Amino acid sequence: MTTAAASSAGLRAEAELLGQSLPALLAQAEMLAQTVMLGEHGRKRAGQGDEFWQYRSAHAGDSARAIDWRRSARADTPFVREREWQAAQSVTIWADPSRSMAFSGAATRPNKAARAKVLALALGILLLKGGERVGLSGQQPRPGRAQILALANGLADSAEDYGLPDTAGLVPHGRAVFLSDFLGSLDGLEDALAFASDRGVRGVLVQVLDPSEEDFPFSGRTIFESMGGGLAHETQSAAALRERYLARLAERKDRLAALSRAVGWHYACFHTGAPAQSALLWAYQALEGGT
Amino acid sequence: MTFGPLAFAAPGLLLALMALPVLWLLLRAIPPAPIRRRFPAVALMLGLKDEDRQADKTPWWLLLLRALAVGAAIIGFAGPILNPDTRATGTGPLLILLDGGWADARDWPRTTARAQAALEEAARAGRPAAVAKLTDRPQPIVFSNPADWSGRLAALQPAPFAPDLAGWAEVLPDETPFETLWLSDGLDHAGRADLAAALTKKGGLTAALSPRPAFGLRPAQLDNGKITLTALRLAAPEGAELDLTAHGPDPAGIDRELGRARMVFAPGAGEAQAVLDVPPELRNRINRFALLGQRTAGAVTLGDNTLKRRKIAVIDSGADREGLQLLSSTHYLRQALVPVAELVDGSLTDILPAKPDVIILADVARLTQPEQDGLLDWLDGGGLLLRFAGPRLAASDVARLDEDPLLPVRLREGGRSVGGTMSWGEPKSLAPFAENSPFHGLIIPSDVTVSQQVLAQPDADLAARTIAALADGTPLVTRKTVGAGQVVLVHVTANAEWSNLPLAGLFMQMLERLAVSARVGGGTVGAVEGLLWSPDRMLDGYGEISDAGEIGGVAGDTLALALKAGPAIAAPPGVYRHEDRLIALNTLPPTARLVAAAWPAGTVIEGLGAARAQALGGWLLAAALALLAMDILASALVSGRMPRLARALVVLLACGVIAPEVRAQSADPAADARGIEATRGVVLAHVLTGNTEVDDIAAAGLRGLGDQLWLRTSVEPEPPMGVDLEKDELAFFPFLYWPVTPDQPVPSSRAYAKLNGFLRTGGMILFDTRDADIASAGGTTAEGEMLQLLASGLDVPPLDILPQDHVLTRSFYLLQDFPGRYTSPDLWVEAPPPDAGEAEQGVPFRNLNDGVTPVIIGANDWAAAWAIDGSGAPIFPIGRGLAGEDQREMAYRFGINVVMHVLTGNYKSDQVHVPALLERLGQ
Repeated sequence: MTTAAASSAGLRAEAELLGQSLPALLAQAEMLAQTVMLGEHGRKRAGQGDEFWQYRSAHAGDSARAIDWRRSARADTPFVREREWQAAQSVTIWADPSRSMAFSGAATRPNKAARAKVLALALGILLLKGGERVGLSGQQPRPGRAQILALANGLADSAEDYGLPDTAGLVPHGRAVFLSDFLGSLDGLEDALAFASDRGVRGVLVQVLDPSEEDFPFSGRTIFESMGGGLAHETQSAAALRERYLARLAERKDRLAALSRAVGWHYACFHTGAPAQSALLWAYQALEGGT
Repeated sequence: MTFGPLAFAAPGLLLALMALPVLWLLLRAIPPAPIRRRFPAVALMLGLKDEDRQADKTPWWLLLLRALAVGAAIIGFAGPILNPDTRATGTGPLLILLDGGWADARDWPRTTARAQAALEEAARAGRPAAVAKLTDRPQPIVFSNPADWSGRLAALQPAPFAPDLAGWAEVLPDETPFETLWLSDGLDHAGRADLAAALTKKGGLTAALSPRPAFGLRPAQLDNGKITLTALRLAAPEGAELDLTAHGPDPAGIDRELGRARMVFAPGAGEAQAVLDVPPELRNRINRFALLGQRTAGAVTLGDNTLKRRKIAVIDSGADREGLQLLSSTHYLRQALVPVAELVDGSLTDILPAKPDVIILADVARLTQPEQDGLLDWLDGGGLLLRFAGPRLAASDVARLDEDPLLPVRLREGGRSVGGTMSWGEPKSLAPFAENSPFHGLIIPSDVTVSQQVLAQPDADLAARTIAALADGTPLVTRKTVGAGQVVLVHVTANAEWSNLPLAGLFMQMLERLAVSARVGGGTVGAVEGLLWSPDRMLDGYGEISDAGEIGGVAGDTLALALKAGPAIAAPPGVYRHEDRLIALNTLPPTARLVAAAWPAGTVIEGLGAARAQALGGWLLAAALALLAMDILASALVSGRMPRLARALVVLLACGVIAPEVRAQSADPAADARGIEATRGVVLAHVLTGNTEVDDIAAAGLRGLGDQLWLRTSVEPEPPMGVDLEKDELAFFPFLYWPVTPDQPVPSSRAYAKLNGFLRTGGMILFDTRDADIASAGGTTAEGEMLQLLASGLDVPPLDILPQDHVLTRSFYLLQDFPGRYTSPDLWVEAPPPDAGEAEQGVPFRNLNDGVTPVIIGANDWAAAWAIDGSGAPIFPIGRGLAGEDQREMAYRFGINVVMHVLTGNYKSDQVHVPALLERLGQ
């Protein structure tokens, strides 16, 4: 328990560190009318919000409560104080908790799960700082810094070999981030994407791979097993397998890209061998880009 | 059980080789165990089939590797022996004869190894053995346990002369038959046929010959100023070429190569000649010739007086120019001397500066005072003054009352005349030469008579000074020493007027004994008998020269015999000395020829290297282990267990074997980079001694000195560099600091060539023996001895203690002493020329050296005084308190002066600077 708390605290610290290196994320809400919630970030037009926007002459229909008496006292006509319209986005993050993410090709590299969790949390922190509502899949997206702890605590591991995206908790017309290696069956992902796009959810697919999964630096007689041991494949010469394995991997990436394109999502692949910033930056831009 | 040169100790084990094919099949059927790997992307691989199903069997090369390993192990355990001794081993005693002469030196280690092998074999067979070296005096041969001889064998060294086999046939044991192994040098020596025949009678004779060709060198012949040398070999159908070098001391006394010629043996020829044409000055210095690359005494021939042409001045009274030439007082002298010496003509005052070896005054009575002084000076330096009497000397009043410094005895007035027309008696003949006379042993022809002579006054030391006398006891030749030289007076004329001595061959021999002349080649033979010759330098079997030390003298007769027939144990080769005369006894006499030995029928002849049985089992087992080790790597490779890094390592290791050669061929970029570094500015350098501590101090010292130079002068040195004399280029550096450690390696000849080039082109070396606290420079400390050894190969001019007015005392700072960590005042630099003038009026220094002294030698451990650490603080404490800091300051000033001296030469010697310097000196 204490170790779990300590590791989640460490994870949070690491994610905070990563999150500080980027400017606050401004998520442009596309479908603002339906999901309008008050957020901290002005939309450069009058509306609901906390920040002062402008004074205008009161006209018919303004309630008496809306009149700014201090301003009106300095003139003959009553003035209404308008506030800037501020909008917030709901973002749901799913970081693959399956065992396949626990793989690391070298002792010097973090495993994929660690990378995915850091990315998830960093993205969450950025979004929370930007005033968005963030939640893990299955959670209700909530704003505020207190949510960071909830995010960090919610990033768990499961015993499955390969993970399926959890669509519970997706807010209609909200945003979603799926972090996984996407090495398992894609059927679940297709279903999840279809479900999400039905609800107007846009999002990004972040594929996290270990460099050895890209290089396939193996040779000789080898029995490959999945992390949980559920799948196995024996080969006499792993080196001879390399070309075809790489072809399959490329095919998988193409398929992921095609899937995401079909539903208006963004897809990118990152490696645990490279720094996490590029992945975070890309996810930030992809979320900001909206369309 | 044998297969060609192989035999097996346990051939039954070889049957196991038949199991190899079974092993092959077994191994082939069992592929290497798979490695299990966790890999999430396995989902992508499902359904991929292996293209090559063959791979689940062991690859053929791995099979081969394993089969080889097992095969090697089986054969190794079967105990293979290479070159087994298949001859029926004899049962009787074994006699091992070694020629042991100079020609054996060319292959001595293999000869002794062969003898050792024979001894081991005899020990195995339980045979008694005996070893005899034929260059020793014949001694009875006693057979004993072979193990006893093994130890003595290692101590045997080849003798520098040829074996004399004559006496050995008699000392052979006669009771039992025995076998003989004769390790021969392949040359025919006197008595070989007899000895071989005697040995054949006793039992089997096996001769082992070295396959390496033997080369010899006859003594040098001087002919018309050219040295002719003849090299010998056993006639062989193919041609051969050899280099011949002449060695001798240079003016500084260091042994150097003075000449080189090429000996070309025509195919089939046994002799080759080369003519060495060197100037007389060089020729007089040559003391030996050697065939390059032949390490035998026979390939070395020593030079002696015969190679020297002495400079002789012959001066007569010069009055009777009108006289007949045959009556000229010096005619016979000149005739005798022209072929063997260099004659100098002129008046005495003209001749003396030419420093002739001998001055002959024929009937010269009066000398002027300057002439006499000059002659005395010259005599003190080792000259030989030979005077002949004559009418003028007899008539003069020289040396009548007092002994003349230039005459050995006082003379009676008028001399005497015997057997002439106006006098009684017969002309006198010569008495036999006394034991202590240099002429002892010369045969006196009976027809040599003296009819007139000058007479010596009977003084106390007359008898001691007489070296030849007439039959009636009157002195004929007298001698006394003056300084290092000597004055010899022949009491008769140099022409035939008073005596027919100058007409006799004896006259020539006497001149030769007086070292006036030296004849060439065999001419020396007649001139050695009757004297005791002490060895001066001796030759060992490998042709190395060493000081004779305390070896006893050799009688002239023995020496004469050895000169004719070649040296023997009684007269080993070397240079022998009698008074001033040197005679070289060479390994090969002038008439030597090399003839191949002939062996009687029935002799088994073999090479030296052939017969050593070699057990191969160990090697094969090691090979099997190595193969198995390779199998581990290979299996790991096949099964994918070998990490990438390890694979790269294996590749690197494999390349490492090839890479050095590749690197040697390509240009050396590191050296280029170093060169650029060293030429970026002025770089002070120190010689790497191999002693890390000393090298670090030297580097730190030069860094400290460099900092001071940077601060105080316009010299802005780059960081100092350490120089490896063997590898690094020296031309980049103006200045080398060389700390001398007692254990540093002596540079190779290539490094010396580089160093000498460095010195000749204006470089300077500061030698620091760092031992001034315990010895004066060049003293007897280990460092001092090492310095002498190091400097022996350097082209260093004569040195002297630094004079007080040397330019080094004022090249930047005005200095009086040169302390480092120690304060020894002695500092050795190039000596000022002997004709260095006196200081001019009012100038405190002379104009001494025109140029930079190439070396400075001191012992004050300057680097320690200069040394600073990384933060600029001095590393070593100097002296005591503030005075120590003064001393350090002075050490820096010395260093700055040295660098300034190196860079500006004698600039501060220029008289232009005198006023400024005088002002600074406060005068």
